[in-house]
Amino acid sequence: MALISIAIGLYWGLVIAPPDAYQGEVQRIMYLHLPSILAAYLSYFLVFIGSCMYLWKRERRDDILAHSAAEVGVLFTALTIIEGSIWGRPTWGVWWTWDARLTLTAILLLIYTGYLMLRSLIEDEDRAASVAAVLGVIGFLDIPLIHMSVYWWRTLHQPPSILQPNKAPWENIAWPLLIPLLINIAAFLLLLFYLLSLRYRLGEMRDQIRTRRLEQSV
Amino acid sequence: MEFVKQTLLLLWKDLLLELRRRDSLLTMFFFGTLLLFVFHFSFDLPPDRVAEMTPALLWLAFLFTGTLGLTQLFQVERENHCLEALLLSPLDRGALFLAKSCFNLLLMFLVEAVVMPLFWILFNLQGWNLLPQLFLVTLLGTVGFCVLGTIMSAITLRARARELLLPLVLFPLMIPVILATIRCMETIMSAGELGAAWSWLRLLLGFDIIFVTVGILMFDRVIES
Repeated sequence: MALISIAIGLYWGLVIAPPDAYQGEVQRIMYLHLPSILAAYLSYFLVFIGSCMYLWKRERRDDILAHSAAEVGVLFTALTIIEGSIWGRPTWGVWWTWDARLTLTAILLLIYTGYLMLRSLIEDEDRAASVAAVLGVIGFLDIPLIHMSVYWWRTLHQPPSILQPNKAPWENIAWPLLIPLLINIAAFLLLLFYLLSLRYRLGEMRDQIRTRRLEQSV
Repeated sequence: MEFVKQTLLLLWKDLLLELRRRDSLLTMFFFGTLLLFVFHFSFDLPPDRVAEMTPALLWLAFLFTGTLGLTQLFQVERENHCLEALLLSPLDRGALFLAKSCFNLLLMFLVEAVVMPLFWILFNLQGWNLLPQLFLVTLLGTVGFCVLGTIMSAITLRARARELLLPLVLFPLMIPVILATIRCMETIMSAGELGAAWSWLRLLLGFDIIFVTVGILMFDRVIES
Protein backbone atom coordinates (compact mmCIF):
# COMPACT_ATOMS: atom_id res chain seq x y z
CA MET A 1 0.00 0.00 0.00
CA ALA A 2 2.74 2.42 1.02
CA LEU A 3 4.85 1.36 -1.94
CA ILE A 4 2.00 1.77 -4.40
CA SER A 5 1.10 5.24 -3.17
CA ILE A 6 4.75 6.31 -3.30
CA ALA A 7 4.94 5.03 -6.87
CA ILE A 8 1.86 7.02 -7.85
CA GLY A 9 3.07 10.12 -6.02
CA LEU A 10 6.52 9.94 -7.54
CA TYR A 11 5.23 9.39 -11.07
CA TRP A 12 2.86 12.32 -10.71
CA GLY A 13 5.47 14.54 -9.13
CA LEU A 14 8.36 13.62 -11.39
CA VAL A 15 6.64 13.20 -14.73
CA ILE A 16 3.16 14.72 -14.88
CA ALA A 17 3.54 17.89 -12.78
CA PRO A 18 4.94 20.92 -14.65
CA PRO A 19 8.44 22.12 -13.71
CA ASP A 20 8.82 25.13 -11.43
CA ALA A 21 8.83 28.56 -13.11
CA TYR A 22 12.11 29.67 -11.52
CA GLN A 23 13.96 26.55 -10.45
CA GLY A 24 13.04 24.24 -13.34
CA GLU A 25 13.28 20.48 -13.06
CA VAL A 26 15.35 20.48 -9.90
CA GLN A 27 12.39 21.67 -7.90
CA ARG A 28 10.90 18.18 -8.25
CA ILE A 29 13.05 17.11 -5.30
CA MET A 30 10.48 18.95 -3.20
CA TYR A 31 8.11 16.02 -3.73
CA LEU A 32 10.51 13.91 -1.66
CA HIS A 33 12.12 16.52 0.54
CA LEU A 34 9.03 17.93 2.21
CA PRO A 35 7.28 14.60 2.85
CA SER A 36 10.39 13.05 4.39
CA ILE A 37 10.98 15.90 6.83
CA LEU A 38 7.30 15.80 7.82
CA ALA A 39 7.65 12.07 8.47
CA ALA A 40 10.77 12.76 10.56
CA TYR A 41 9.00 15.43 12.65
CA LEU A 42 6.08 13.12 13.21
CA SER A 43 8.35 10.31 14.39
CA TYR A 44 10.14 12.60 16.87
CA PHE A 45 6.76 13.60 18.19
CA LEU A 46 6.00 9.89 18.60
CA VAL A 47 9.30 9.44 20.51
CA PHE A 48 8.11 12.16 22.87
CA ILE A 49 4.65 10.62 23.30
CA GLY A 50 6.10 7.13 23.82
CA SER A 51 8.65 8.44 26.34
CA CYS A 52 6.03 10.35 28.32
CA MET A 53 3.70 7.36 28.39
CA TYR A 54 6.54 5.07 29.46
CA LEU A 55 7.56 7.32 32.32
CA TRP A 56 3.98 7.51 33.41
CA LYS A 57 2.66 3.96 32.98
CA ARG A 58 5.83 1.86 32.67
CA GLU A 59 4.55 -0.34 29.90
CA ARG A 60 6.92 -2.07 27.53
CA ARG A 61 4.92 -1.18 24.43
CA ASP A 62 5.42 2.56 24.96
CA ASP A 63 9.15 2.08 25.21
CA ILE A 64 9.23 -0.05 22.06
CA LEU A 65 7.22 2.65 20.29
CA ALA A 66 9.68 5.39 21.36
CA HIS A 67 12.70 3.32 20.35
CA SER A 68 11.23 2.38 16.95
CA ALA A 69 10.12 5.93 16.23
CA ALA A 70 13.60 7.26 17.06
CA GLU A 71 15.22 4.83 14.63
CA VAL A 72 12.78 5.61 11.82
CA GLY A 73 13.05 9.33 12.58
CA VAL A 74 16.82 9.28 12.24
CA LEU A 75 16.44 7.48 8.91
CA PHE A 76 14.01 10.09 7.55
CA THR A 77 16.11 13.00 8.85
CA ALA A 78 19.21 11.62 7.15
CA LEU A 79 17.20 11.20 3.93
CA THR A 80 15.95 14.77 4.18
CA ILE A 81 19.45 16.13 4.59
CA ILE A 82 20.75 14.14 1.64
CA GLU A 83 17.85 15.21 -0.61
CA GLY A 84 18.23 18.76 0.63
CA SER A 85 21.89 18.96 -0.27
CA ILE A 86 21.20 17.53 -3.74
CA TRP A 87 18.60 20.28 -4.13
CA GLY A 88 20.82 22.94 -2.57
CA ARG A 89 23.76 22.34 -4.88
CA PRO A 90 22.07 23.58 -8.11
CA THR A 91 19.83 26.25 -6.50
CA TRP A 92 22.04 27.78 -3.81
CA GLY A 93 25.37 26.71 -5.31
CA VAL A 94 26.52 24.82 -2.22
CA TRP A 95 25.93 21.38 -0.72
CA TRP A 96 25.61 22.70 2.77
CA THR A 97 25.13 26.07 4.37
CA TRP A 98 24.70 27.14 8.00
CA ASP A 99 21.16 28.32 7.59
CA ALA A 100 18.79 28.08 10.55
CA ARG A 101 16.57 25.30 9.29
CA LEU A 102 19.44 23.19 7.98
CA THR A 103 21.24 23.58 11.26
CA LEU A 104 18.13 22.64 13.21
CA THR A 105 17.68 19.48 11.13
CA ALA A 106 21.30 18.52 11.61
CA ILE A 107 21.01 19.07 15.37
CA LEU A 108 17.90 16.89 15.44
CA LEU A 109 19.90 14.16 13.72
CA LEU A 110 22.65 14.53 16.34
CA ILE A 111 20.25 14.49 19.30
CA TYR A 112 18.44 11.36 18.18
CA THR A 113 21.62 9.59 17.09
CA GLY A 114 22.82 10.27 20.65
CA TYR A 115 19.55 8.79 21.91
CA LEU A 116 20.11 5.60 19.90
CA MET A 117 23.74 5.35 21.04
CA LEU A 118 22.68 5.74 24.65
CA ARG A 119 20.25 2.87 24.24
CA SER A 120 22.81 0.61 22.65
CA LEU A 121 25.42 1.28 25.34
CA ILE A 122 23.29 0.34 28.35
CA GLU A 123 22.96 -3.39 28.86
CA ASP A 124 20.17 -3.45 31.43
CA GLU A 125 17.03 -3.13 29.27
CA ASP A 126 14.73 -1.56 31.87
CA ARG A 127 17.37 0.90 32.91
CA ALA A 128 18.00 1.81 29.26
CA ALA A 129 14.28 2.27 28.67
CA SER A 130 13.89 4.55 31.65
CA VAL A 131 16.84 6.88 30.99
CA ALA A 132 16.15 6.93 27.25
CA ALA A 133 12.59 8.04 28.00
CA VAL A 134 13.95 10.93 30.05
CA LEU A 135 16.28 11.85 27.20
CA GLY A 136 13.37 11.59 24.75
CA VAL A 137 11.36 14.09 26.79
CA ILE A 138 14.26 16.48 27.40
CA GLY A 139 15.33 16.37 23.76
CA PHE A 140 11.84 17.26 22.63
CA LEU A 141 11.52 20.10 25.16
CA ASP A 142 14.83 21.48 23.97
CA ILE A 143 13.74 21.66 20.32
CA PRO A 144 11.77 24.96 20.62
CA LEU A 145 14.77 26.58 22.33
CA ILE A 146 17.19 25.33 19.69
CA HIS A 147 14.73 26.46 17.04
CA MET A 148 14.58 29.99 18.47
CA SER A 149 18.32 30.30 18.93
CA VAL A 150 19.31 29.12 15.46
CA TYR A 151 16.63 31.32 13.88
CA TRP A 152 17.94 34.41 15.63
CA TRP A 153 21.35 33.32 14.57
CA ARG A 154 20.67 33.22 10.82
CA THR A 155 18.15 32.46 8.11
CA LEU A 156 18.57 31.72 4.39
CA HIS A 157 16.26 28.81 3.65
CA GLN A 158 13.21 29.72 1.59
CA PRO A 159 10.21 30.39 3.85
CA PRO A 160 7.72 27.54 4.26
CA SER A 161 6.19 26.89 0.84
CA ILE A 162 2.67 26.04 1.80
CA LEU A 163 1.83 26.95 5.36
CA GLN A 164 2.28 30.69 5.73
CA PRO A 165 0.52 33.09 8.06
CA ASN A 166 -2.26 35.29 6.54
CA LYS A 167 -2.62 33.10 3.47
CA ALA A 168 -4.64 30.01 2.78
CA PRO A 169 -2.45 27.04 1.76
CA TRP A 170 -3.93 26.78 -1.74
CA GLU A 171 -3.00 30.38 -2.60
CA ASN A 172 0.71 29.65 -2.31
CA ILE A 173 1.08 26.76 -4.67
CA ALA A 174 -0.56 25.88 -7.96
CA TRP A 175 -2.93 22.93 -8.02
CA PRO A 176 -0.91 20.80 -10.47
CA LEU A 177 2.01 20.98 -8.03
CA LEU A 178 -0.01 20.61 -4.88
CA ILE A 179 -1.77 17.39 -5.83
CA PRO A 180 1.37 15.23 -6.27
CA LEU A 181 2.86 16.85 -3.16
CA LEU A 182 -0.15 15.86 -1.08
CA ILE A 183 -0.10 12.35 -2.54
CA ASN A 184 3.56 12.06 -1.65
CA ILE A 185 3.00 13.33 1.88
CA ALA A 186 0.31 10.73 2.36
CA ALA A 187 2.58 8.10 0.83
CA PHE A 188 5.48 8.96 3.10
CA LEU A 189 3.27 8.87 6.15
CA LEU A 190 2.09 5.42 5.08
CA LEU A 191 5.71 4.39 4.63
CA LEU A 192 6.50 5.77 8.07
CA PHE A 193 3.75 3.75 9.69
CA TYR A 194 4.74 0.64 7.74
CA LEU A 195 8.40 0.89 8.86
CA LEU A 196 7.28 1.74 12.36
CA SER A 197 5.04 -1.30 12.59
CA LEU A 198 7.85 -3.55 11.30
CA ARG A 199 10.27 -2.12 13.81
CA TYR A 200 7.68 -2.38 16.55
CA ARG A 201 7.10 -6.08 15.78
CA LEU A 202 10.86 -6.58 15.97
CA GLY A 203 10.96 -4.93 19.39
CA GLU A 204 8.14 -7.14 20.63
CA MET A 205 9.90 -10.25 19.37
CA ARG A 206 13.12 -9.22 21.09
CA ASP A 207 11.17 -8.86 24.31
CA GLN A 208 9.63 -12.30 23.89
CA ILE A 209 13.04 -13.87 23.31
CA ARG A 210 14.35 -12.12 26.39
CA THR A 211 11.56 -13.36 28.64
CA ARG A 212 11.85 -16.89 27.22
CA ARG A 213 15.58 -16.92 27.92
CA LEU A 214 14.91 -15.75 31.45
CA GLU A 215 12.32 -18.50 31.94
CA GLN A 216 14.74 -21.12 30.64
CA SER A 217 17.53 -19.99 32.89
CA VAL A 218 15.17 -20.08 35.87
CA MET B 1 12.06 23.89 53.95
CA GLU B 2 13.04 20.26 54.35
CA PHE B 3 13.98 20.26 50.66
CA VAL B 4 16.41 23.17 51.07
CA LYS B 5 17.93 21.56 54.15
CA GLN B 6 18.49 18.27 52.34
CA THR B 7 20.03 20.07 49.36
CA LEU B 8 22.42 22.02 51.55
CA LEU B 9 23.37 18.90 53.48
CA LEU B 10 24.17 16.97 50.31
CA LEU B 11 26.06 19.93 48.90
CA TRP B 12 28.08 20.17 52.10
CA LYS B 13 28.94 16.47 51.83
CA ASP B 14 30.27 16.93 48.31
CA LEU B 15 32.19 20.06 49.21
CA LEU B 16 33.79 18.38 52.20
CA LEU B 17 34.87 15.44 50.08
CA GLU B 18 36.25 17.81 47.46
CA LEU B 19 38.13 19.82 50.08
CA ARG B 20 39.79 16.66 51.36
CA ARG B 21 40.62 15.18 47.98
CA ARG B 22 40.76 18.14 45.58
CA ASP B 23 40.52 15.77 42.59
CA SER B 24 38.03 17.55 40.38
CA LEU B 25 38.88 21.16 41.12
CA LEU B 26 42.61 20.80 40.54
CA THR B 27 42.28 18.77 37.36
CA MET B 28 39.63 21.11 35.96
CA PHE B 29 41.63 24.19 36.79
CA PHE B 30 44.79 22.74 35.31
CA PHE B 31 43.01 21.56 32.18
CA GLY B 32 41.39 24.98 31.68
CA THR B 33 44.75 26.74 31.87
CA LEU B 34 46.31 24.16 29.60
CA LEU B 35 43.63 24.82 26.98
CA LEU B 36 44.48 28.53 27.00
CA PHE B 37 48.06 27.66 26.13
CA VAL B 38 46.95 25.27 23.40
CA PHE B 39 44.70 27.97 21.94
CA HIS B 40 47.51 30.46 22.03
CA PHE B 41 49.91 28.20 20.16
CA SER B 42 47.33 27.13 17.60
CA PHE B 43 46.15 30.66 16.70
CA ASP B 44 49.08 32.95 17.48
CA LEU B 45 47.05 36.08 16.60
CA PRO B 46 47.51 39.79 17.40
CA PRO B 47 45.42 41.05 20.38
CA ASP B 48 42.81 42.93 18.31
CA ARG B 49 41.92 39.79 16.35
CA VAL B 50 41.89 37.65 19.47
CA ALA B 51 39.24 39.98 20.92
CA GLU B 52 36.79 38.85 18.22
CA MET B 53 37.33 35.22 19.11
CA THR B 54 37.47 35.62 22.89
CA PRO B 55 33.87 34.55 23.67
CA ALA B 56 34.12 31.46 21.46
CA LEU B 57 37.53 30.42 22.80
CA LEU B 58 36.52 30.97 26.42
CA TRP B 59 33.37 28.94 25.98
CA LEU B 60 35.22 26.11 24.27
CA ALA B 61 37.52 25.98 27.27
CA PHE B 62 34.59 26.02 29.70
CA LEU B 63 32.72 23.33 27.78
CA PHE B 64 35.70 20.99 27.83
CA THR B 65 36.61 21.58 31.47
CA GLY B 66 32.94 21.37 32.43
CA THR B 67 32.61 18.01 30.70
CA LEU B 68 35.69 16.82 32.54
CA GLY B 69 34.04 17.79 35.81
CA LEU B 70 30.73 16.16 34.85
CA THR B 71 32.33 12.79 34.12
CA GLN B 72 33.68 12.84 37.67
CA LEU B 73 30.45 14.11 39.20
CA PHE B 74 29.03 10.78 40.32
CA GLN B 75 32.41 9.09 40.72
CA VAL B 76 32.34 9.35 44.53
CA GLU B 77 28.92 7.74 44.55
CA ARG B 78 30.05 4.86 42.37
CA GLU B 79 32.72 3.82 44.83
CA ASN B 80 31.57 1.55 47.69
CA HIS B 81 27.94 1.62 46.52
CA CYS B 82 27.39 5.07 47.99
CA LEU B 83 24.72 5.82 45.39
CA GLU B 84 22.59 2.90 46.57
CA ALA B 85 22.93 4.13 50.15
CA LEU B 86 21.87 7.62 49.12
CA LEU B 87 18.87 6.24 47.24
CA LEU B 88 17.85 4.11 50.22
CA SER B 89 17.82 7.10 52.54
CA PRO B 90 14.57 9.08 52.67
CA LEU B 91 15.98 11.93 50.59
CA ASP B 92 14.09 13.86 47.97
CA ARG B 93 15.64 12.96 44.60
CA GLY B 94 15.11 16.53 43.49
CA ALA B 95 17.35 17.67 46.34
CA LEU B 96 20.01 15.23 45.22
CA PHE B 97 19.83 16.69 41.72
CA LEU B 98 19.96 20.27 42.94
CA ALA B 99 22.90 19.56 45.26
CA LYS B 100 24.89 17.87 42.50
CA SER B 101 24.17 20.72 40.06
CA CYS B 102 25.17 23.34 42.63
CA PHE B 103 28.35 21.46 43.43
CA ASN B 104 29.35 21.30 39.80
CA LEU B 105 28.33 24.93 39.34
CA LEU B 106 30.58 25.94 42.22
CA LEU B 107 33.53 24.06 40.76
CA MET B 108 33.08 25.61 37.33
CA PHE B 109 32.52 29.02 38.88
CA LEU B 110 35.87 28.80 40.68
CA VAL B 111 37.64 27.63 37.53
CA GLU B 112 36.06 30.40 35.44
CA ALA B 113 36.95 33.04 38.02
CA VAL B 114 40.61 32.18 37.47
CA VAL B 115 40.64 31.28 33.78
CA MET B 116 38.90 34.45 32.56
CA PRO B 117 41.37 36.99 34.02
CA LEU B 118 44.18 34.67 32.98
CA PHE B 119 42.89 34.78 29.41
CA TRP B 120 43.01 38.60 29.49
CA ILE B 121 46.57 38.52 30.78
CA LEU B 122 47.88 35.84 28.42
CA PHE B 123 46.34 37.38 25.30
CA ASN B 124 47.06 41.02 26.30
CA LEU B 125 43.43 42.04 25.94
CA GLN B 126 42.00 45.49 26.70
CA GLY B 127 38.73 46.26 28.44
CA TRP B 128 39.22 44.90 31.94
CA ASN B 129 36.18 46.91 33.06
CA LEU B 130 33.89 44.66 30.97
CA LEU B 131 34.98 41.58 32.86
CA PRO B 132 32.25 41.66 35.57
CA GLN B 133 29.46 41.85 32.96
CA LEU B 134 31.02 39.08 30.89
CA PHE B 135 31.40 37.00 33.99
CA LEU B 136 27.72 37.43 34.83
CA VAL B 137 26.66 36.18 31.37
CA THR B 138 29.10 33.28 31.67
CA LEU B 139 27.59 32.42 35.03
CA LEU B 140 24.08 32.22 33.54
CA GLY B 141 25.37 29.97 30.77
CA THR B 142 27.20 27.84 33.29
CA VAL B 143 23.99 27.32 35.26
CA GLY B 144 22.35 25.91 32.12
CA PHE B 145 25.38 23.73 31.41
CA CYS B 146 25.55 22.32 34.94
CA VAL B 147 21.84 21.64 35.21
CA LEU B 148 21.51 19.78 31.92
CA GLY B 149 24.96 18.26 32.45
CA THR B 150 23.97 16.79 35.80
CA ILE B 151 20.91 15.15 34.26
CA MET B 152 22.96 13.75 31.37
CA SER B 153 25.71 12.61 33.70
CA ALA B 154 23.14 10.63 35.67
CA ILE B 155 21.56 9.29 32.48
CA THR B 156 24.86 7.91 31.22
CA LEU B 157 25.87 6.66 34.67
CA ARG B 158 25.40 2.96 33.95
CA ALA B 159 26.31 2.99 30.26
CA ARG B 160 29.42 1.47 28.79
CA ALA B 161 31.98 4.10 27.70
CA ARG B 162 29.99 6.72 29.64
CA GLU B 163 32.77 9.32 29.56
CA LEU B 164 32.58 9.24 25.76
CA LEU B 165 28.83 9.11 25.61
CA LEU B 166 28.24 12.10 27.89
CA PRO B 167 29.39 14.86 25.51
CA LEU B 168 27.64 13.09 22.62
CA VAL B 169 24.24 13.42 24.22
CA LEU B 170 24.96 16.69 26.05
CA PHE B 171 26.45 18.97 23.41
CA PRO B 172 23.61 18.96 20.84
CA LEU B 173 21.18 19.87 23.61
CA MET B 174 23.49 22.64 24.81
CA ILE B 175 23.39 24.58 21.54
CA PRO B 176 20.94 27.28 22.74
CA VAL B 177 23.19 28.00 25.73
CA ILE B 178 26.36 28.09 23.65
CA LEU B 179 24.83 30.40 21.04
CA ALA B 180 23.17 32.69 23.58
CA THR B 181 26.21 33.17 25.84
CA ILE B 182 28.61 33.73 22.98
CA ARG B 183 26.29 36.29 21.29
CA CYS B 184 25.76 38.12 24.60
CA MET B 185 29.50 38.25 25.28
CA GLU B 186 30.23 39.43 21.74
CA THR B 187 27.73 42.27 22.09
CA ILE B 188 29.17 43.29 25.44
CA MET B 189 32.71 43.27 24.09
CA SER B 190 31.89 45.29 20.97
CA ALA B 191 29.29 47.72 22.36
CA GLY B 192 30.29 47.83 26.01
CA GLU B 193 26.76 46.91 27.11
CA LEU B 194 24.13 44.29 26.45
CA GLY B 195 21.88 46.47 24.28
CA ALA B 196 20.40 44.36 21.48
CA ALA B 197 21.41 41.09 23.10
CA TRP B 198 18.67 41.28 25.74
CA SER B 199 16.54 38.72 23.92
CA TRP B 200 19.47 36.28 24.01
CA LEU B 201 19.77 36.82 27.73
CA ARG B 202 16.08 36.08 28.15
CA LEU B 203 16.48 32.88 26.15
CA LEU B 204 19.33 31.89 28.45
CA LEU B 205 17.24 32.58 31.55
CA GLY B 206 14.34 30.63 30.08
CA PHE B 207 16.63 27.66 29.39
CA ASP B 208 17.93 27.71 32.96
CA ILE B 209 14.47 27.87 34.49
CA ILE B 210 13.01 25.15 32.26
CA PHE B 211 15.76 22.64 32.91
CA VAL B 212 16.05 23.30 36.65
CA THR B 213 12.34 22.46 36.85
CA VAL B 214 12.61 19.44 34.56
CA GLY B 215 15.60 18.18 36.55
CA ILE B 216 13.88 18.45 39.92
CA LEU B 217 10.75 16.77 38.62
CA MET B 218 12.33 13.97 36.59
CA PHE B 219 15.47 13.11 38.50
CA ASP B 220 13.93 10.21 40.40
CA ARG B 221 13.22 8.56 37.02
CA VAL B 222 16.83 9.06 35.97
CA ILE B 223 18.62 7.87 39.03
CA GLU B 224 16.50 4.92 40.17
CA SER B 225 18.18 1.56 39.80
